[in-house]
Amino acid sequence: MMFLMATIAILIAMALVVVRAIRGPTVFDRVLAGNVIGTLAILLLAVVGFLLGRPEWLDIALTYGLLNLISTLAVLKFFRHGDLAFVPKEPPKL
Amino acid sequence: MTMEMVIFGLSWLLIGIGSVFVVIGAVGIVRMPDVFTRLHAASLIETLGGGALLLGLMLQAGFTLVTLKLAMILLLFVFTAPVATHAVAQAALHQEVMPKLASDRRPHQAGGKSPEAR
Repeated sequence: MMFLMATIAILIAMALVVVRAIRGPTVFDRVLAGNVIGTLAILLLAVVGFLLGRPEWLDIALTYGLLNLISTLAVLKFFRHGDLAFVPKEPPKL
Repeated sequence: MTMEMVIFGLSWLLIGIGSVFVVIGAVGIVRMPDVFTRLHAASLIETLGGGALLLGLMLQAGFTLVTLKLAMILLLFVFTAPVATHAVAQAALHQEVMPKLASDRRPHQAGGKSPEAR
């Protein structure tokens, strides 16, 4: 019962975030929306695994979480430098 | 008997709190006016929503391997969510997307563009 409630809540949240991904004025809104959709997908995998009595899906959730960070950072690097293979000439001053 | 009921009620409470905060964060992402305020709303999903949901699921699972995997997902959230948020904010600032302010208290820049202009 409560797993069903959490599933419905996560699906509503994903629909709202998709609205922002479509409407977002800058590209960073869309990247942010993609990142949040990935996070919500991890939570959805965990909760639906418990809802159906098969918590083995948590492995898929873990893998998806690792991929989510890498994809977000790669897209941000592309939109910041215009090149995925960008290497700064000198190390940035801290 | 009573201990099981206490754990069941606590996990119900945590899953309810997590669901509510996930929806609140999503509404914030839609309604907030700016990239940076939307980042603020997105962090709500990743910390409070996800944390409460995963803690509730951990209480449901008991001491099994499933609890360990849920703890690993929680640890992943704790470490990756600030990195992603920081990267989005830094890239947005690098592309001169400035935060919307009620009053601009910075010294006026000649070449600076207002956020409404783009």
